Amino acid sequence: MSQAADLVPTVEAELLPETRRPSQLGERLRRYVPALGLFALALVVWEMVVTAFQIESFLLPKPSVIGAVFVREFPVIFPAGLFTMREAMGGFVMGCTLGGVVALSTARWTVVRDGALPFAIAVNSTPIIALAPIMNQWFGITNPLSKMSIVAVIVFFPVMINMVRGLTQVSAGALELMRSYAASEFAILSQLRIPNALPFVFSALKVASTLSVIGAVVSEYFGGTREALGVYISQQAALFHFAEAWAAIIVACAMGITFYALILLVERLLMPWHVSLRATEG
Amino acid sequence: MAVAQALELEIAEKPENQRWRLALRRALAFLAVLLVLCALWEGYKALGAATQDKVPFTSLSLPVRADDKSMPHLWSIVGALFKPVQRGKEEILLVFLLRAALFTWREAAVGFVIGSLIGFALGVVFVHSALLERGLMPYVVASQTVPLLAIAPMVVIWGSRLNWPAWIAVTIISAYLTFFPVTINTLRGLNSPEPTARELMRSYAASNWQVLWKLRVPAALPYIFTALKISATTSVIGAIIGELPSGIGDGLGRALLTFSYYYITGPEKLYAAIIVAALLGIVFTFVIIQAERLTVPAQRRLAE
Amino acid sequence: MDNQLPVVSIRDVTKVYNAGGGDRVKALDTITLDIYPGEFVSLLGPSGCGKSTLLRLIGDLIAPSTGTVLVNGKSAHQARLGREYGMVFQQATLYDWRTVGKNVQLPLEVMNYPRGQREARTQKMLRLVQLEEFDRHYPWQLSGGMQQRVAIARALAIEPALLLMDEPFGALDEMTRERMQMELLSIWSQTKTTVVFVTHSIPEAVFLSSRVVVMSARPGRITGIIDIDLPRPRVFETRENSRFFEKLTEVRERLRHDEVKVASS
Repeated sequence: MSQAADLVPTVEAELLPETRRPSQLGERLRRYVPALGLFALALVVWEMVVTAFQIESFLLPKPSVIGAVFVREFPVIFPAGLFTMREAMGGFVMGCTLGGVVALSTARWTVVRDGALPFAIAVNSTPIIALAPIMNQWFGITNPLSKMSIVAVIVFFPVMINMVRGLTQVSAGALELMRSYAASEFAILSQLRIPNALPFVFSALKVASTLSVIGAVVSEYFGGTREALGVYISQQAALFHFAEAWAAIIVACAMGITFYALILLVERLLMPWHVSLRATEG
Repeated sequence: MAVAQALELEIAEKPENQRWRLALRRALAFLAVLLVLCALWEGYKALGAATQDKVPFTSLSLPVRADDKSMPHLWSIVGALFKPVQRGKEEILLVFLLRAALFTWREAAVGFVIGSLIGFALGVVFVHSALLERGLMPYVVASQTVPLLAIAPMVVIWGSRLNWPAWIAVTIISAYLTFFPVTINTLRGLNSPEPTARELMRSYAASNWQVLWKLRVPAALPYIFTALKISATTSVIGAIIGELPSGIGDGLGRALLTFSYYYITGPEKLYAAIIVAALLGIVFTFVIIQAERLTVPAQRRLAE
Repeated sequence: MDNQLPVVSIRDVTKVYNAGGGDRVKALDTITLDIYPGEFVSLLGPSGCGKSTLLRLIGDLIAPSTGTVLVNGKSAHQARLGREYGMVFQQATLYDWRTVGKNVQLPLEVMNYPRGQREARTQKMLRLVQLEEFDRHYPWQLSGGMQQRVAIARALAIEPALLLMDEPFGALDEMTRERMQMELLSIWSQTKTTVVFVTHSIPEAVFLSSRVVVMSARPGRITGIIDIDLPRPRVFETRENSRFFEKLTEVRERLRHDEVKVASS
């Protein structure tokens, strides 16, 4: 999109009234205030509607009821949440490690890439969660490993695919530079390909963090130990105790957000140069 | 998905005869991986049989037992497909599973179509009204923080209490999972044409409608298909999860649970069901890929 | 030529961006210019002199802050709605989901030309730019120069009275550029359209134009209008004769004159 460079921003501003200039931080925060306000308002309306129409609680529990149940059930759902979180994180680590190893080997040996990549893409289009009953059989229904392995498979593919992308999509100019230094393949890998891959890997990790929490919870729907959050949710739902189920869902959401925030923190520590670029996104 | 597109572009840019050879090489590599995995499976079983489920030269147990109950031979899985589903019933397993897959797929597909239409409509609305985009987009994004897969069983049970036929709830789940990526990608695609392309349309005094259908939508197609390919899989997953708790006896979700409960009587059936579920996801995605191949030429498919 | 009514009549036009804001920019300052039918006029100047802005003002893609722009006696806005001009940009901006032929037909479709005539008109245009065999090809199968020819064919498809061109050959290499200039002159002599051509290349402006409008850096002002009385038709040899060189020098001096003035003030 290169034109008479000095004209582009101003001409665009005239022609495309819907384009905005990049917003300042304060302006960005201000954007979210109305959304939050409306959310609070929605909660209030929800509460009122349910009371006014006397909707039965198994149909649509009031926010206040959910809140009360949350407090009451906390001693149960919080440990359950931690248990499930362990499964999510364990699977996450397994999947990322395996994904990283396979990605590095495909960067080195293109033969592996030709075979592995189409296979990975195909497997990624399957409902991986369907493997849950088998994992329950192999490792035992109460063994957290049965859920961890599902999470590992779910996480493996986006991490591997993104890492391969990051390792191979290096600018030709940068490669030529390294070759002109007669750099070894290993040096190219460590000095160029891996740093180049970091942004790709982190965007995959962010997606994977939420996927692993959901994956852990949903794979427990196929059966699991009573101390697990997913089992609690499906049992409560089956008994029409929706308030309890929602309270547990809130814990699951909180876990997902925490995990995501953790990845963000690590990203900020490892790639400070890139994060400033990201600040202008969205 | 961009890697897949890069692979495709590599193929499309080569002359005809080289294209065939490259595609053949890829297919062979795929089969090779498959064969290697099958060999690993049977190899593991052989190893377990030889060492009585211990890691060689140690007394540690192998992580997964290798006997026929835990890991049936591959050929017995295939064989089970052609045996009756249940003793006393006529129908063979393969037909049973295909019927279940079709059932699940119908729910997923209807939800997928509805979700795509809503997503597309939202994208079009957002591109024309900055006001609506500012106002509604936070909600569109927030809708995804609800882990719908996690609440899928609840939605279905809830629906059953309202006396909806169970497939409606599952369709809603699939639609919900689909609309978000389609909205985001439609919006991105509709905004993708460069400024001079828009100036051109303005110089023709083209109406908004004309700009939409002659410029924005064609430009958006590669982006939309990217979202559709992912949503195809997620809607199938949503359908299967949604079927788990409810009484929908005809879908794959139920089949997975049933064969899991009755594992002892026939472990092969569960494996067969899983393979069919996997194939459902692959076939649905494949259909979308073919649709893309027909409407979007390879050079344009390289959308981010 | 001077007793005809001007095709384009610009009076005291000023363009200010972000007026009232901290980043206020005066792109054009009191521009007055007349362009007559059948002329080939170049707008020449350094980056930031507002030549592209002026072109877009003529085409009603942006509006002036003060002053008037008349095209064929009507306001520029009316002229755009009346579809009286064609535009060619530096990027060919062809739609890659359409074939070459379909790209040329785009304005005909948008303006609801009678269906029966569209194909004939498209073929005529492609013949004009000598690309009739590429009717069914896609843009990415064509070179940069060929894509620009398609863009020109598309701009002329509606047979406009006015052709606005914004550095159309800027993205091409020098050899292709010179060839394209020859082709443009050949097309122009056949269609007799009035052309307003933006460029920052002195040889290009002198080779192509009847008059060269020299503009200064921001704020954009017209510092001089130079008649190029080189004989037509202009051929490759035209670039090599001494009169051409004299005109080049005259234009260059005028550009420098303004720079020197700015430097010393």
